[in-house]
Parts: sequence; C-alpha cells; structure tokens
Amino acid sequence: MCTVCGCGEGEVKIEGQPQRHTLIRGLQPAPEHSHGHTHDYGQGAAHAHAPGMTQSRMVQIEQDILGKNNQYAAQNRQWLAERSILALNLVSSPGSGKTTLLTETLTRLQGIVPMAVVEGDQQTSNDADRIRATGVPALQINTGKGCHLDAHMVGHALESLPIEQGGILFIENVGNLVCPAAFDLGEAHKVVILSVTEGEDKPIKYPDMFHAADLMILNKVDLLPYLRFDVAKCEEYARRVNPSIQILHVSATSGEGMEGWLDWLQQQRLGRTDTILP
Amino acid sequence: MHEMSLCEGVLQILESEAKRQHFTKVKTVWLEIGTMSGVDIEAMRFCFDVIVRHSLADGARLEIIEVPAQAWCLDCAQTVTVQQRYDACPQCGSYQLQVTSGEEMRIKELEVE
Repeated sequence: MCTVCGCGEGEVKIEGQPQRHTLIRGLQPAPEHSHGHTHDYGQGAAHAHAPGMTQSRMVQIEQDILGKNNQYAAQNRQWLAERSILALNLVSSPGSGKTTLLTETLTRLQGIVPMAVVEGDQQTSNDADRIRATGVPALQINTGKGCHLDAHMVGHALESLPIEQGGILFIENVGNLVCPAAFDLGEAHKVVILSVTEGEDKPIKYPDMFHAADLMILNKVDLLPYLRFDVAKCEEYARRVNPSIQILHVSATSGEGMEGWLDWLQQQRLGRTDTILP
Repeated sequence: MHEMSLCEGVLQILESEAKRQHFTKVKTVWLEIGTMSGVDIEAMRFCFDVIVRHSLADGARLEIIEVPAQAWCLDCAQTVTVQQRYDACPQCGSYQLQVTSGEEMRIKELEVE
C-alpha cells in the first residue's frame, strides 16, 4: 500500500502496470488524470513545542472512516451519470460463475449495447483475457494483497477504459463475500451471484453482502437436479437480510434464465438514459 | 480482512487533521463501530497497532465504542434492537426490518498533543 494515501501504489496493478500518481509535487499533472487529488507531503516545519509545554487536548473529528472512499465513489458516480453509463458491481464468492455469466452476457448483448468490463483479482489477467476474447474492452486490476476493489482504483480504471455513452460498465469485484460489501465504487447496483453448488444459507452466513445487493442471481440452476439445494429456503434467507432484494434464476452455461437477466439489464439502462436507445 | 484498509483510512484522516488542527502526536483515538458494520473489533485493534507504527499515532491507544444495532420494524412501526441482519423483529417476528443504526464506522474524537 502507498504510505501516502493508502491507495495501494506499488501493490495494485492496472493492466500489469503499477498504479502511479500523476500529481506529485513539482510535476505537472497529467491531463488525463481526472481525480485531481494531490498528496501533501507537509510543507514547513513541524508544529514546534517548547520543552515542558506539551499538553494533551481533545479534538472532535466525527468523520466516517470510509469518507475518502465515498468521495471517490461520488466522483465516479457523477462521471458515469454524465455519460449515462449503467455501472454494476458484481460480487460473489470465488467460483460462483461470475466470469462465465459475464462472457455469456457480453456475447448476447454485443452489437446491441456498448459495454466495458473492469476485472478485479488479486493476481493474473486471466479473467480480463477471457472478457477480451468476446471483443469487449476489459481492464484488469490486480489488488495484490487487497481483498476488494475500492473507488479510487475504479476511478483510475475509468480514465483508460474506452466506454461509450449510454453503455453498461460491469465491475467484477474480487471473489469475496465479506469485504467488498463495505466499499462503494460508484455503481448503480451491487449484484450478488450465488451458485447452487454453494450452501443455501450463504445469505445469512454473509448477511452484509446480501443486504448491500439489489439483485441476487442464483446461478448454475441447471445443476439443481443433482444437488440438495433448497431454493425456497435460500430465497427466504436472502429476503430476511434484505426484504427488497430482487432474485433471478440463471444458468450461464445452459442459457436458462438469461433472458430475464438481459431484460433486467435493459430496464436498469432505460431507467438512466434519456437518449434514444438502439 | 478489510480492517487493514479501514485502519489506513483512519491514519489518513489523522494525518490530514494533524495539518488542519495543528497537532503532531495522537495519543488516543476513539472510534464508533456499529455491531452491524462488519468490522471485527479484535482485527481492528491488531491492524491499528501495525498501521500506525512510525506515524504520528505510533503507540496511540485505541478506544472502541460499540454502537448497538437498531432497526425500524415496518409491521410494528417502532424501533427495535437487533443482533444480526437476519434477526426477526423481537416483538412480532417479522423480517421487514430497516436497520437504522449499528452500521457506523466513525472516528469520534482524538487526544492529541
């Protein structure tokens, strides 16, 4: 992690390149850097105290610990809104089928809707490679030791990812049902993907994530005949932690339920664009 | 383990407040952490000590004020205390609850020099 702003410089890699700050004292800001944030290395002498004069005092702060992330998220949200882009933050455990669902979605919507993908993983560019094979632009963020994407990383990704007005940006978060729940990236919705090869009690085992999501996709439903997965119980658990959660049943492999998911995407997109859609 | 990131967030706030409010050393940090914020208090303490090493808060005491979770029950139309997100309303058994507090992650105040 960068010791200046904690943004992960040196560990976080975007497309294999270390994330670099373009606003360092003495350097001209790069024009494409849209955050406009600076790192103050502290000018002037430290506040000096005469010996024996130091005295403790109380300082009221009342600041949200995630305040900085939330500021970056608000910037991302505004940037996306100005371009009528629907951004979705896809979250799940590792192995739920996020990338397969995504490649299927991209293949079906290609030529109809402009799309782009941000891939978050601790290491490798395997997922971005799978996405690019569909022809859709993708950008890989490697979080290094990090367990989630944050709004600052996504902001940097937006600078270099080609995405058209009125399109959909899919952000595939690091496979983790815990940490990404707390970090707003500027998305319109978190979409949680739960595969039926996992336990039906995951919504109550990891309630924060299912509470934060607006849509739950129950994936790999083609495997239900071979499993003892209680769909009704799973849905009941999900609604316990989030009474307003929407639920779709999908198999990205067999294609079952894909129409419902694509309809949902179009509805969300129509909700946020005022231009005429193809 | 996002407690590490949260502690980095705390340190960033301490560093920027040190410039704004003119202090050079932080002796105690009071955090308000909701019981439903997803933060593990022990992990937070461990990470805090590691993160603040060699900073203006090196050796600072961490005081954590736990904020109990409360929710508004849509069926009872009143505020009730809950322990977990999947808890039913203790009055009527409904799951139609909206969490109203317990998600806090805030720096409340500091003792500084």
